[in-house]
Amino acid sequence: MRASFYAALAFCGRMLSPIILVPAVLNGLLTGAVYALVALGLTLIYGVLHIINFAHGALFSAALFAAFFAYRLLGLDPYIAAILLTPVFFLLGYGLQRFVIGPAAHGEDRNILLVTLGLAVVIENTLLYAFRADTRTVNLDYAFNVIDIGVAFLSVPRVIAFGVALVVALVLWLILTLTDTGKAMRAVAKEKLGAELVGIDVVHIYAVTFGLGTACLAIAACLLLPTYYVNPHVGNAFVLVAFTIVVLGGMGSVTGSLLGGMFVGVVESLSGLYLGESLGQIGIFVMFILVLLFRPSGLFGERA
Amino acid sequence: MKGITVPWILTIVAALATLPLLTASNVVLNFLIVTLLIALVAQGWNVLGGYGGQYSFGHAAFFGTGAYVTAIMQMRYGVNAWAAFAVGIGGGALVGAIIGALTFRSGLRGSYFALVTLAFAEVLRILASVAPLTGAGVGILIALDLRPQAFQFQSRAPFYWIILALVGVSLVVVRMIEQSRFGAWLVAVRENEDAAKALGVNPTRVKFAAMTVSAAITAAGGAFYAQYYLFIDSGIAYGSWISVEALLAPIVGGVGTVLGPLLGALVVKALGELTKLVTGDTPGLDLVVYGGVLILIVAFAPNGITGLLTNLRGHFMRLRARALGRSDG
Amino acid sequence: MTQFSRVSRRRFLQSTALIATAATTGLVNAPAVLRAQGAPVKLGVLHPVSGALSYSGQQGRLGATIAIEEINAAGGIKALGGAKIDAVLGDAQSTPEGGNAEVEKMNSAGVAAIVGGYASSICLAASQTAARYDLPYVVDVGVADNIVTRGLKNTFRFGPGFGVIAKTALDNLVALNDQAGKPAKTVMIVHEDSLFGSGLAKLLNAQLPERGFNVLETMPHPTPTRDFNNVVLKIKAANPDIVIPADYYNEYVLLARTMQQQRVRPKAIYSVLGGAASSYKFVKEFPEAAQYIMDCNHWFDPRNPKALALRKKVEAQGQFYTYEVYMNYSGVLLVADALQRAGSAERAKITAALESSTFSGHVMPYGPTKFVNGQNTGAAPANTQVLGNDIQVILPSTFATAKPVFPMPA
Repeated sequence: MRASFYAALAFCGRMLSPIILVPAVLNGLLTGAVYALVALGLTLIYGVLHIINFAHGALFSAALFAAFFAYRLLGLDPYIAAILLTPVFFLLGYGLQRFVIGPAAHGEDRNILLVTLGLAVVIENTLLYAFRADTRTVNLDYAFNVIDIGVAFLSVPRVIAFGVALVVALVLWLILTLTDTGKAMRAVAKEKLGAELVGIDVVHIYAVTFGLGTACLAIAACLLLPTYYVNPHVGNAFVLVAFTIVVLGGMGSVTGSLLGGMFVGVVESLSGLYLGESLGQIGIFVMFILVLLFRPSGLFGERA
Repeated sequence: MKGITVPWILTIVAALATLPLLTASNVVLNFLIVTLLIALVAQGWNVLGGYGGQYSFGHAAFFGTGAYVTAIMQMRYGVNAWAAFAVGIGGGALVGAIIGALTFRSGLRGSYFALVTLAFAEVLRILASVAPLTGAGVGILIALDLRPQAFQFQSRAPFYWIILALVGVSLVVVRMIEQSRFGAWLVAVRENEDAAKALGVNPTRVKFAAMTVSAAITAAGGAFYAQYYLFIDSGIAYGSWISVEALLAPIVGGVGTVLGPLLGALVVKALGELTKLVTGDTPGLDLVVYGGVLILIVAFAPNGITGLLTNLRGHFMRLRARALGRSDG
Repeated sequence: MTQFSRVSRRRFLQSTALIATAATTGLVNAPAVLRAQGAPVKLGVLHPVSGALSYSGQQGRLGATIAIEEINAAGGIKALGGAKIDAVLGDAQSTPEGGNAEVEKMNSAGVAAIVGGYASSICLAASQTAARYDLPYVVDVGVADNIVTRGLKNTFRFGPGFGVIAKTALDNLVALNDQAGKPAKTVMIVHEDSLFGSGLAKLLNAQLPERGFNVLETMPHPTPTRDFNNVVLKIKAANPDIVIPADYYNEYVLLARTMQQQRVRPKAIYSVLGGAASSYKFVKEFPEAAQYIMDCNHWFDPRNPKALALRKKVEAQGQFYTYEVYMNYSGVLLVADALQRAGSAERAKITAALESSTFSGHVMPYGPTKFVNGQNTGAAPANTQVLGNDIQVILPSTFATAKPVFPMPA
């Protein structure tokens, strides 16, 4: 008994060494960037429409399938496919909000919940029905390339994903701050009635926001595909983490999502390191609870 | 709308109680047991979400606690199954009280509240998946012992009557809340928390009480699940599936009403069966139809089934009034 | 899709349970046969074909339905007058409640027996419900030991439980290690944290030290796990001789790919119930990551021509030949044999026939069947290794198709 205790202590001591710690933190940052991209869509949708989008996970699965088939059928490398899929998914998201969610929900929050829930079931099972449950993967030559920075091997696709996530966040931020649509989105987010009164087409803005959120998923899917896999249930694994990031970063905050995503990635990585992958998952949620109890508007959000 | 009275509730329950005498089909009985179980869990959610306006995404936390406490009491400490059931309810209520105390004191509302309940449920699930007490990944199997003393029965009917009784109690409890001052406070907090505060209601205490009652009711469902299926693990007990079921049924049935969760559970479960029947054996197709119909239900019954019934009643009354009016002229 | 629609669209009638499907009597059109063909025997085929376990469920259903088609094509159950087997398909929806509800429906539909379940949690609930009606239940895969220790007379498991699997895996590991001059001493276990992974890890942790191995660390992880970089980091730092993974397919693939990416190469990757380690799909899609990986898992008898014919059939349909397929195939054949020997579709007689079964017409390397308290005592896993882009059996030597390569070349 005592021997195993000392062994455990020695092991912990070993884990604090930079050989493990630095790569773990870097891993967390890289993973966090993809989480951030998924969360970006969610935070936009929450920030403007004030709805929790239950269909986000299923839409992510759909995006992964789209990226997969773009490769399989059209021979498009995922990074190129992103250029094609982003507008496609934007339109998909726009359509869903404008013609399904909006009309069905009659503006009631709880109904939006149910509608997005129903959508999630429909999308996931349509994928199951159409494509069966087999796990699909793409085996790209560069998927196993690594950049050796001495302290760690960084996987090339994940570094690319990190970079693109930063770019997307920047682009979104620019859209929100500089364009008219962006300003309209922010107006609707802050004060829907006022925005309507000054002539903003709220229905259209809602749809645009949902579309942007879904487009983010398409990009995230293309970035993830080289190192992950596709099946109808795959998106569900990311949703909870995405929700956590949205709240942590402050609902509606693009910067919050990006930084929150990386923060969550690092927390997940370190708690997985110290507590094991199973118990380590608790790290994100405990942190989430603590932040909410002491700073409900999130790390970067405005006071509720 | 006055709402449904206790005599009516008892009549409905009595009528439902005769079912095992009318049908020998275990398929039907099992279907109803599962539906009533969901109705019970949903009714718990309804107290906090429907009447209190605090939507929880983590009712699995109470369901799972009820299930695990019952199972652990029996298997690890040899406690009698019925006593373990009671302790399970108590355990769930305790967890509800703790979560309520933490969250309401911080003033969390709306979506923040919903997501923090989700986080609590997840924390419990993860802990249950690694802790030796809950059997970690292997879960807990309650020993097969088909005697009434062990809260297990050879036939399905006793299970049916027990869950029906539990649902009946929950209906009466909710009706009593509806009629009481506490209920009025709860609804006031739901409608406008700040105004309620100004009128002298203590929102934190009211929400806390609602959460505890809500948790107890849902925990009863969890404990019953453990006795009915005899096997639980962290995914079954604390998984998001039950959190979703807990809110789906009341919203479909009509939040903030006594019968809403029961009606909602019936509709949702029946829909599931119907879609399976209609679409055959192809995997996934039945659920596609199910999801689609769910969206349609929301589109056409935005206030749930009870809302629909109220509307229909209103239409009927107006038609009747018009007909009566015409007969004069 | 034709596969499923061909088998049974009469589910509507069966589900309402109002119509006792009348005997399809009628004289067979061959002049020599004058007896009426026997009424079809209904067989419940239960799998999680939707939900998280849908792939395995669909593969299981495939194996079962192929077996039923073959039996019917060969003239049905002779002892019942050539009665065909009617499959009553059920979707357990990857939950015990789903499995339970389906068993009730199957019972109502008058099935003679049920095969399947796949996941241990589903098997536990389903077999228990079946026991209420003395309905024979043949577990296809579910490895939890407690499935057969509840004293239920109706439950039979054709394949091994994880007690036997762990012991066999360790026996074989010791044998391989000894044979190679004991190059391996330290071990790290990576396992999924639900029933089969945790149960297996517990047994391995107890038995490995007794066999002279040092377990450096045991790393549980959830299903699904999005990223294995930290797990691989720890493996890299601790540098064990052997890594033992016990996972489902997706996680195993991620783990293997991450190890390849991080250039982590222990002396051996020795899986026990490794989800992808003995999967043709994995070998086909990631040949470099799969090379030399060993697995102690369910495997068919490579010398059995029936097994090879089944493989051709399955691959011709564009599917992979996975363990769910041939274990369900064997399970159905087992039940058909019991029906034949019982000469009746009565549940009690089928249960008795199963209890005394010595069936050897299956495709598994188990020898003749022998059930003791519901467990087939001959059932055991086999050791495989990925060699030259194919999966070879390396142990037991009676079935081996290749010599093991241990340790892995650097």
